[in-house]
Amino acid sequence: MSQLDLARLQFAMTSIYHFLFVPVTIGLAFLTALLQTGWHRTGRSELLQLTRFFGTLLVINIAVGVVTGLVQEFQFGMDWSQYSRTVGDVFGAPLAMEGLAAFFLESTFLGLWLFGWDRLPKRVHLATIWLVAVGGALSAAFIMAANSWMQHPVGYTINSSTGRPQLNDVWKLFTNPVFLRGYLHAILASVVTGSVVMLAVSLWQLRKGTSPRTFQSSARLSLIVLVPVILVAMLVGSELGVTEGKYQPMKIAGAEAQWTTCQPCSFSLFQVGGGKNDHTPTKIIEVPHLLSLLATNHWNGKVLGLDTVQSQYQAQYGPGNYVPNIFIQYWSMRVMAYLAVVVLLVGLWGLWLLWRRRLGAARWFQRIAVWAVVLPFLMNTAGWLLTESGRQPWIVQGIQLTKNGVSPSVTTATVATSLLVFLLLYAALAVVEAVLMIRFARKDLAPAPNADEPVPSLSY
Amino acid sequence: MALATFWFILTAVLWAGFFILEGFDLGVGMLHTVVARDEAGRRATINTIGPLWDGNEVWLIVAAAAMFAAFPAWYATMFSGFYPVMILLLVGLILRGVSFEFRGKVDSVRWRRVWDTTLTCGSLLVPLLIGIALGGLLHGVPIDQNQEFTGNVGDLFSGYSVFAGITLVLLCLLHGAAFIALKTTGAVRARASRLARSIAPVTALAVLAFLPWTHATAGDGVLPSILQFVAVIAVLAAAWLVNSRHEGWAFVATTVTIATTILSMFVDLYPRLMVSSTNSAYDLTVHNSASGNYALKVMTVVAIVFFPLVLLYQGWTYHVFRLRISADHFAPSAETE
Repeated sequence: MSQLDLARLQFAMTSIYHFLFVPVTIGLAFLTALLQTGWHRTGRSELLQLTRFFGTLLVINIAVGVVTGLVQEFQFGMDWSQYSRTVGDVFGAPLAMEGLAAFFLESTFLGLWLFGWDRLPKRVHLATIWLVAVGGALSAAFIMAANSWMQHPVGYTINSSTGRPQLNDVWKLFTNPVFLRGYLHAILASVVTGSVVMLAVSLWQLRKGTSPRTFQSSARLSLIVLVPVILVAMLVGSELGVTEGKYQPMKIAGAEAQWTTCQPCSFSLFQVGGGKNDHTPTKIIEVPHLLSLLATNHWNGKVLGLDTVQSQYQAQYGPGNYVPNIFIQYWSMRVMAYLAVVVLLVGLWGLWLLWRRRLGAARWFQRIAVWAVVLPFLMNTAGWLLTESGRQPWIVQGIQLTKNGVSPSVTTATVATSLLVFLLLYAALAVVEAVLMIRFARKDLAPAPNADEPVPSLSY
Repeated sequence: MALATFWFILTAVLWAGFFILEGFDLGVGMLHTVVARDEAGRRATINTIGPLWDGNEVWLIVAAAAMFAAFPAWYATMFSGFYPVMILLLVGLILRGVSFEFRGKVDSVRWRRVWDTTLTCGSLLVPLLIGIALGGLLHGVPIDQNQEFTGNVGDLFSGYSVFAGITLVLLCLLHGAAFIALKTTGAVRARASRLARSIAPVTALAVLAFLPWTHATAGDGVLPSILQFVAVIAVLAAAWLVNSRHEGWAFVATTVTIATTILSMFVDLYPRLMVSSTNSAYDLTVHNSASGNYALKVMTVVAIVFFPLVLLYQGWTYHVFRLRISADHFAPSAETE
C-alpha cells in the first residue's frame, strides 16, 4: 500500500472510531439534561437516580470521545499537510471557532456538572448540563460547516498569486445548503443514537427487574424522543441526498450504481455484482420512480449517470478517474436507510407497548431492543462512508484531489507505524470502554440521596 | 498592528495559558503516586484537578487550531515535520485523558495501578514532547523553499529542543507540587510541600540555563530580555517561597515563571514561526505563512467576543472549586460513591 492509501485508511479508521462516541455524547447529554430538568420540576427522586445513572454512562463515553478528537485535529497537519497548507485559510477558521466558542464551553461545564452537585445551587447546576449539551451540539455545527465546505466549497475566492482558496464570506459557510441539511441530519442521528442507547439500557434493566418503575420512566422518555426524531432524520437525510445530488452528482449516482443517465429512474432494493468496473450489475426488485423521487424530489426527475458525469469532469478538470468506489456508495446508502427503518419499527413497537402498558412484560421486545443498540452505530458509520467516500477522488470537491493533499515529507513507513500504534491503542480503548459501559449499564441504581441532604458530586 | 502579529501573540498566549493551567494538571499526574501513599490520598490529589483538567486541555486544542487557521503553513509544516513527536504526544494525551475517567471505575488494586501508571507516564510525555516541538521551532529543522520539512527523525532532537522539553517537565513538576500543596490538607499537603522544596532548586537551575540558551539560539546574545529577567526573578522567588511555606505566593511565582518562560520562547522566535536550518531565506515567518486578511479579521472578531467569555467562566469554575480537598473525604468510611 502507498502512503496515500495508508493515510486514507488512518483517517477513515480514526474518524469512524471518533464518531462512535460523538453521537452518544450529543444525544445522551441532551437526554440526561431532560431527565435532570424533570427532577428539578417534579422533585421525583427516581429522576435524580436516572440522571446520575445515565450521566455516568455519558462521562465514560465522553472521555474516549475527547481524546480521540485530539487525533482528529492533529492529523490534518500530520498526514495531510498539503491539504492544510492549501485550504487552511478557509477550513481552519471554523475549527478555531469550534474551540473558542464551543469546546471550551462543553469541557468547562462538564467539570462543573460532574463535581458541582454539592457546590452549586440546584438551578445553576441544572444549567450546567444544558450548557454541556449545547456546547456539544455547537461543536458539531462548526465541524460540519468545515466538512460541508469540503463537499460543496462556498464563500471563497482563489488567490491569484498562490492559487489557493481564501475565505471571503464566512456567512456562506454557515448558510451552505449542504451544511444546513447535513448538520441537522447529524444532530438528529445523534439524538437517535442517544435514545436507542437509553432504550436498550432501560430494557435490559427492566428484564433484570430490580428497579422496574424507575427504568419504565427512562424507557418512556427514550421512546417518545426516538420515534419522531428518527422520522425527521430520515426526511432530512433524503433532502440532503437531493442537495448532494445537485452539487456532487457522482455521490448520488454511485449510491444507485447508475452508470447511464436515466429519467425516470428506479431504485433497486439489492444488487449482485457492480464492483469497480462492472457496469451491468444484476438489480433485484426495482421500484420504479423511487430513485428519481429520492435524488430530485420529482416523480420523473433525471439522474445523471456515472459515465455522463465522468466525461463532463474530464472535460472540466482534465483526464483522470472521477468515479468514487461504487460498492461502498451502493451498500453504505442501503445499510443506513434499511437499518433506519428497522430502528423506526422497533420504536413504533415500543410506543405501542408503552400505550398498552405492557413494556414491563414484553419479553421479546426487551430482548430485541437491547440488541438494537448496535444499529445506530452501524447507521452512523455507513452515513459517513456514503458522504466521505462519495466525495472521492476529491478531498475538496473541485478544488483539490485527495492524492494531492497528503504530506510530501512523511514516508510510507512512518504512516504505517502510526497506523499500527493507533490500531492497537484504539482496540485496547474499545475493549476497556465496552467493558465499563456494559458494567455500569448493568449496575443497580444507586439509592436516592435524602431530600434534605446535598447530592454528593460524581468525583473520580 | 497587523492582524498576523496579533494572531502570533494570541497563539503565544494560548500556549502560555495551556502551560499555566494544564501545567499543574500534568504535575499532579506525574506526582499523584508520590505525594499520596494510600488510595484516599491519591483520590484527593486527582480530585484537586478533577473538575478542571478537561477545560484546561482545551487550551492546547485551541492553540493548535489557532495555528491552523491563522498560519496554515506553520501548522502544516510543524505537524508533518514533527510527525513522530506528534504521534507520541497523542499517545500520551490519550492515555492520560482516559486514566482520570477509568481509574476509579473498577474497585481493584491492579486496575488502579494500570491507570496510575498511564497517568504518570502520559503526564510526563506531554510536556517533554511539546517542549521538544516548541524548542525545535526556534532551533530550526531542515525546511526547503516550498516550506516542506526535508529532515529525518534525528533532526527533531537537538540538544536545545530536548533541554526545552526537560525544562518544561521540571516546571510542570514544581508547578504541580505547589498546586497540590495549595489544594490539599494533612499528609498529602505536607509531602507535596516537601517535594516542592526538593524540586525547586533543580527547576531553578534548568530555567537559569534554558533562558540564555534560548536567547543565544535565537541569535540575540546571552543577555536576557526583560521577559526573561522576570522569569529569572520569578523562578528564584518560587524556590524561596516554597521553602518559606508561602503556598499561595509560591504558586503565583511558578505561574509567572511558566508564563514568562513560554512567552519568551515566542518573543525570541518572532517574526519567525519556524526556523529553517537549511537556509534562513526558507524560514516560515508571520509574513509568508499567514492566512488572508479577511479570514484573520473574522477570527479576530470571534476571539474578541469569546475569549473574554471563556476566561470569565473558567475563572468562575476556579472560584467554585477553590476549597482544599481532604483525603479524609475519600477514606473508606466516608465513601459516598
